[in-house]
Amino acid sequence: MSDQNDPMAEIRASFFIECEELMEALQDGLQELDDGSEDPETINVVFRAVHSIKGGAGAFGLEALVRFAHRYETVLDEVRNGSLHPDSEAMKLFFLAADHLSDLIRACRDETEINESTSDELLERLDALLGEEGGAEEIAPEEFEVQGLSLSLDLDLDLDTATGDDGGDEAESTALYTIRFKPEQELFATGNEPAMLLRNLCDLGEARVRCAFGDLPSLQDLAPETPYVEWIVELRTDAAEPEIRDIFEFVDGLCELEITGGTSPLPEPQAEAEAATEPALPEAAPPPPEPDPVATTDTGATILPMGPRDAAPEPAREGEGERKATPAAKSVVRVDLERIERLVNLVGELVINQAMLSQSLDEAGLSPHSDAMNGLEEFQRLTRDIQDSVMMIRAQPVKSLFQRMSRIVRESSAAVDKEVRLITEGEATEVDKTVIERLADPLTHMIRNAVDHGLEATERREEIGKSRAGTVTLTAAHRSGRVIIEVADDGAGINRKRVQEIAVTKGLIPADAQLSDGEIDNLLFLPGFSTAKQVSNLSGRGVGMDVVKTSIQSLGGRITINSEPGKGTTFSISLPLTLAVLDGMVVNVANETLVLPLNVVVETLSLGTDDVQMLRPGNYVVRWRGGFVPLYDLGVMLGYRSHRQTDPGSIVLLIVLEDGSRAALVIDGIQDQRQVVIKGLDDSFYRAPGIAAATILGDGQIALILDPADVISGMGHIRGTDLMLSERKIANE
Amino acid sequence: MSLKILAVDDSRTMRDMIRMALIPAGFDVHLAEDGVHGIEVLDGLAPDAIITDINMPRMDGFGFIDAVRDQEEHRATPILVLTTESAPELKMRAREAGATGWIVKPFDPAKLVKALQMVAG
Amino acid sequence: MSEQGQNKDLELLTFRVADQEYSLDIMSVREIRGWTRTTPMPHAPDYMRGVINLRGTVLPVMDLARRLNLPSQETNERNVIIVVKLAGTLTGLLVDAVSDIVAITEDDLQPPPDISSDPQMSVVRSLTVIDDQMIRVLDLAAVVPVSSDEAA
Repeated sequence: MSDQNDPMAEIRASFFIECEELMEALQDGLQELDDGSEDPETINVVFRAVHSIKGGAGAFGLEALVRFAHRYETVLDEVRNGSLHPDSEAMKLFFLAADHLSDLIRACRDETEINESTSDELLERLDALLGEEGGAEEIAPEEFEVQGLSLSLDLDLDLDTATGDDGGDEAESTALYTIRFKPEQELFATGNEPAMLLRNLCDLGEARVRCAFGDLPSLQDLAPETPYVEWIVELRTDAAEPEIRDIFEFVDGLCELEITGGTSPLPEPQAEAEAATEPALPEAAPPPPEPDPVATTDTGATILPMGPRDAAPEPAREGEGERKATPAAKSVVRVDLERIERLVNLVGELVINQAMLSQSLDEAGLSPHSDAMNGLEEFQRLTRDIQDSVMMIRAQPVKSLFQRMSRIVRESSAAVDKEVRLITEGEATEVDKTVIERLADPLTHMIRNAVDHGLEATERREEIGKSRAGTVTLTAAHRSGRVIIEVADDGAGINRKRVQEIAVTKGLIPADAQLSDGEIDNLLFLPGFSTAKQVSNLSGRGVGMDVVKTSIQSLGGRITINSEPGKGTTFSISLPLTLAVLDGMVVNVANETLVLPLNVVVETLSLGTDDVQMLRPGNYVVRWRGGFVPLYDLGVMLGYRSHRQTDPGSIVLLIVLEDGSRAALVIDGIQDQRQVVIKGLDDSFYRAPGIAAATILGDGQIALILDPADVISGMGHIRGTDLMLSERKIANE
Repeated sequence: MSLKILAVDDSRTMRDMIRMALIPAGFDVHLAEDGVHGIEVLDGLAPDAIITDINMPRMDGFGFIDAVRDQEEHRATPILVLTTESAPELKMRAREAGATGWIVKPFDPAKLVKALQMVAG
Repeated sequence: MSEQGQNKDLELLTFRVADQEYSLDIMSVREIRGWTRTTPMPHAPDYMRGVINLRGTVLPVMDLARRLNLPSQETNERNVIIVVKLAGTLTGLLVDAVSDIVAITEDDLQPPPDISSDPQMSVVRSLTVIDDQMIRVLDLAAVVPVSSDEAA
C-alpha cells in the first residue's frame, strides 16, 4: 500500500474525522443504554461504532487501537446477542472504555504516546465482565492474540495467497495437476460461477479442460438449478497446490474438489515434497463421454484447450476509470475548513466593498429612486444573503462539545468522589465551528468547577435532604441573535461571605467595601482569585475563572453568574453566533466612529433638562421609566475627551447587558445601523479595555467595535458599586 | 470493458479505501452507505459484482444479500462480503445468506482486485 | 543569510525622527506608506497612535518619536508609516520622513556607548557613520512591545 501514499494519507485523515462521528454515536448510544433504552438498535449502533473504528484502524495498521477496539467490541457483542446484561457498574466501564478509545484515536491521529497500561487495565476489566457471564471460555486469551495478529496490516485473504503472488521461487518448476471439480447446487445459489473458476485455473498455466456429463438426466427430468456436470482439468503450472486450492476458497464445501498430481515432468524435489503433504487421492477415472446436445452446445466429450487468458479486465486505465467512477449520490459534502475560511474572508471583503460603493453613490448625490440606488439596494440584500449562507456553512451543533463535557463530568466526579448526573439540553443548537472549538477549554473548566466547588459532597447532600447525586445541567439555546450556554449546578450556591473575605485578604477589595451579591459573585472573575482551600487535582492547574472570562471575551462573549444559596449556581455564557459579522450601530463620539453591537441597544433617548441627576461629583444617573440608570459619557470613558457632555439634548443610548444591568451611554450622534465585518485585534500588540474588535468602514477608516459591558466594568468595580448602590437607594426612595 | 462494482459499507473510511483500491485498477465503482441505500443504488445498475459490509445500520449485510438475491436479475451476481473476522462461522453465515465469497478487512488493494476478478472476470 | 560572516552586507533604511537620523535593517521593513489618519485606541500608551486599515487588516501604528521620548511633532502630509514585521506581526512606525537606503557591512557598525540609563539609547542596537552623520540603528525587538501585557 506504500505506493499510494498520498491517497492513503487523505483517507487516513478522513478516517479520523469519521472516528469523531463514530465516537459521537458511541457516546450517544451508551447514554441511551444507560438511560434504560430497550431499543435493540441502540446496542447495534454502539457495537457498530466500535466495529467500524476497529475496521478502519486495521487498515492503517493502528495496532493499539485495533487491539483495544476488538476486545471492547467483543464485550459489546455479548451485550448485543443478549448474553451479557450490563449493570450500572458495567455501563460506567463502557463509558470509561469509550473515553479511552477516544484517547487512543487521538493518540494515533497525532502520533503521540499511547497509554497502553490504561488499555490493559480497562481490557482486563472488560474481560472480567465476560468472565462473570460465563463467556470467558469462549474467548480464550490466546485467541485474542491470534485475531489481533490477523488484523494487522499484512492481513491477507489467506496467508498462502501471498506466497502465490510472489511465487518466483518455483518459477522453473512446472508440475502437472489433475483437478476434478463438481459443483453442487448451493454453489450457484451463492453467485459463484464454474466458468469463472475454470478461467481462474487456466490463468495459472496451461490447462486442458474436459467436461463430463455422466450424471445428466434426460431432458424431462432435468432440474434447471441442479448441476449435473463435472469438469476435469489438466493443469500444467508452476503454481503450488495451495494456490490452486485458493481459487476454490469461496466454493469450499459447495463442490466436490479433487486435486491430484503435482509431479513435475522432470523430477523436482520441492514440488514432490509439497505434493506429498497432501493425502494421496486416487486418480479420478475420467467419466465416459456421453453425447447430449441439450446440456451444452458442445457435443460429446469436449476437450477445450485453453491457454492462459490475457490479463482480462484491463488494469489501470486511469483516465477511463476515473471518468466512469460515479460515486453514489450523497447529501453531504466535506469541505476543507480553509476553503470556507477563504470564502468567509472574501464575503467579508464583499461587504466592505459594498459599503464603500454605497458611500460613494451616496456622495454622488443620486436620487434614492434612481436605478443605481435601486440596484444598490438589491446588491445589499444579496450580499447579506450570501453572508448569512456562508456563515451557515460553518455552523455546527454544539453536540460534540457537550459530549466532551459529559466525559469531563465523569472524570471529575470520580476524582472528587461525588455522584454527578449531567443533563444536556439544546445539543442541536448551531454555533460557528470556530466558536465551538474555542469554547472547549473554558467550558471544561466551568464543568470541573461546578463538580468540584459547586456541588456539595455526597454525604453533605444527604444530610440536608438533597438527592445523593448532584446535577450539572448544560444548556445551549439561541436567544436574540446570540448563543447562550449555561452551566448550572444544584449545589450550595456561592458562599459569598467567604468569597468576600478572600477578596479582602488578597487585597482585591478594601476591607470595608459594601458589595451587592452580584458584585461579590463577580469577584470570582478577578485574576488570581481562587476559593479552593486546598488545590484539588481538578480545578487546580493554575487556571481560574478569570482565564475563563478572558477566553469568553476573546470570542466576543460575556459570562455572568447567578447564584442562590442552597439552590445552586448558574454560569451563563452569551456568545455571538459568528465571529465574522456583527449587526452594529455606528455612532460618533468625540470625532471618532464607533460600533456598538445592536443587540445591546434597547432605546435611544434625548436628554431632557431634568433627566440627569448628580449623585456626587463625577457620578450621574439618568431617569428612565420611573427608575434611574447610571449615565456614562462614552467619550470620557474611552479617554477621547475629559469633560462630560451631558447637556440637555445629548443623545443617549440605553443598553441592557446580559446580566440584566442597564446603563445609559452619552454619544454625539448616530450614523447608521448596519452589518459590519469583524476584524480581530489579536495581532495588534495593544489590547484596549472595552474594545472587542474593529471593522473597516465604507471610507476605508477603521472603527472600533465596543464591548459595552467591558467598557462599563472598566470604570472600576468600586466606583461602579457605589453607583449601583446609589441607584438602588434612589430607586427605593 | 471495465467491471462495474457496487460497494456497500457504512464506514466512509472503508468506502474510500474500496474506491481507492478499485478505481486505479479500472473498475467502475458505485458506493452505498447501508443496505437500504445499497438496494436503491442497485436499481438499474446491473453491477458485475457487489461488495458489502455486514454490520450496517438500517439493513445489515445479511439482509442486503437476501434482498439482492430476491431480485431475479441479481440471483447470480457475485457478492463479496467484507468482514473483519476471519472466523469461519461468519463466512458460513454469509454463504448461507447467498454471498459468493468474502474479503477480510483490512484488505490489501491488490487482493481485493484479485478477488473481484476471480468472481466477476 | 550569513554565509559571508563578518563582512556581511547590510542594507539600512534611514529615516528622520524629531530631527535625528535613525535606521532599521531593511530586511524587517515590509512597506512604506503615506500618512493616513489613525483610529485611536482608548487608554493606550501615548506612543500608540492607533490603528489603520492596511489592505483589510488592522495595523497598529506607533509614534516612534514618542516611543523614543523625543519631542513629538505635528503630523503632516510628509510623514510616513514604515510597516515592519517582527515575529510574524506587522506594526506601523510613524516617522517624520524616510531619508535613504544605505548599504554597509557589519564592520561599519559600532556598539553604542554604554549609557543604558538613557531610554533613547536602550533601543539602539549600534551606531554607524554615513557622510559624517551619526545614524542610530534601532533594535526593533526593543522598540516594538512583544505582548499586550507590557502595554496593559
